[in-house]
Amino acid sequence: MKIIGLIIAVLTGILLIYATVDFPPWADPGSPASTYLSPHYIEKTMEETSVPNIVTAVLADYRGFDTMFETTVIFAAGVACFFILRTFKRKEPEEIFYRHTLTGMTIRVKNSGKVRQDLDEFERIDAMWTPHYLIVKTVARLLVPFIQLFGLYVIAHGHHSPGGGFQGGVILGASIILLAISHDMRTALGRMREKTTALLCTTGVLIYAGAGALCLLLGLNFLDYGALASILYTDPVTARSHGILIVEIGVGLAVMSAMIWIYSNVSSGGKYDEGL
Amino acid sequence: MSDLVSTIIANYNYWIYITLMMIGLYAMIAKNNLVKKIVGMNIFQTAIILFYVSIGAKRGATIPILEHAHNGHGHGAASHMVHAVDYINPLPHVLMLTAIVVAVATLGVALALAIRVYNRYNTLEEDEILAQIREK
Repeated sequence: MKIIGLIIAVLTGILLIYATVDFPPWADPGSPASTYLSPHYIEKTMEETSVPNIVTAVLADYRGFDTMFETTVIFAAGVACFFILRTFKRKEPEEIFYRHTLTGMTIRVKNSGKVRQDLDEFERIDAMWTPHYLIVKTVARLLVPFIQLFGLYVIAHGHHSPGGGFQGGVILGASIILLAISHDMRTALGRMREKTTALLCTTGVLIYAGAGALCLLLGLNFLDYGALASILYTDPVTARSHGILIVEIGVGLAVMSAMIWIYSNVSSGGKYDEGL
Repeated sequence: MSDLVSTIIANYNYWIYITLMMIGLYAMIAKNNLVKKIVGMNIFQTAIILFYVSIGAKRGATIPILEHAHNGHGHGAASHMVHAVDYINPLPHVLMLTAIVVAVATLGVALALAIRVYNRYNTLEEDEILAQIREK
């Protein structure tokens, strides 16, 4: 198997390298890729959508249909992880570990027994618990709001600077995942529960598809944001810019919650009690 | 001879991506461990992302964000000054932007499936899983 694999890989590689002989030289302004469609995008984006960041304009407007289904793919991946991994019933008897914070002793409670919630001396810990460093925990907790602020900036400022829904959504998701890694999974789930995550993921896709359907209702094509001009009280070109923002917010929500959803399912094996 | 050298200099970056791509393909075909196969899949995806981004490059051009776009007022007179030569091709960047996130999504689903396989067979080695399936 290894020999066959090696032969296949080497043969395909040689064929592909042979094909590069016909490629235009690297970074050639006259290469076919940059002479047919992209000059139209570069020169007409500003007057057609009033968005300076051409990548955002192409992503959410010219190729809006493509991006809608990319968002659906992310959503489908989140749902797939949920259905593959999530377990609600436990077969084995449950063991919960607690740590006495004053002495550092660990106690194990079996068969769904619990230590009373109002005892502050005991904290629940994972089975694979290792001591958390105070500095790591504190810095991560202090950083989370700033990371989220930056994520919102990246989404909202995607028209004028590198950014947009996908990037901002990943940053927002990373802030919650950072919390889950630096503390434990239960802390992160306390901030954002599973149901919220699933609802936000569907809401993101709904905002995107809903913006498209709204354009359809207002008499133009699906995802033709010019139609929003009549309800936003602007000219059609500015309405395209606003439509792109609406769609990017939807993408951001969907990507953020899909990242958290996938992380919490994969890292806890679908049990949602102990993660990394 | 100098022809060959100039071809190599003009295209060597594509060769690097193809090498990366073939490393990923080989890992997906020949590796025995499922997680190593997944890592191979990610190397493959990264090579394709690099390849597309490199197609979008233009010598002497800058990132595809229009400068001084809001000089005066919004769209209008200023936009006539835009020349396609000054900005790199935005289309590969758009495609790869979504491809990166889809790569993360496929990675998540692949890892989820690997976890299920591990729970069922207690191993991630492909030959041991196949042996267990054949025994039944």
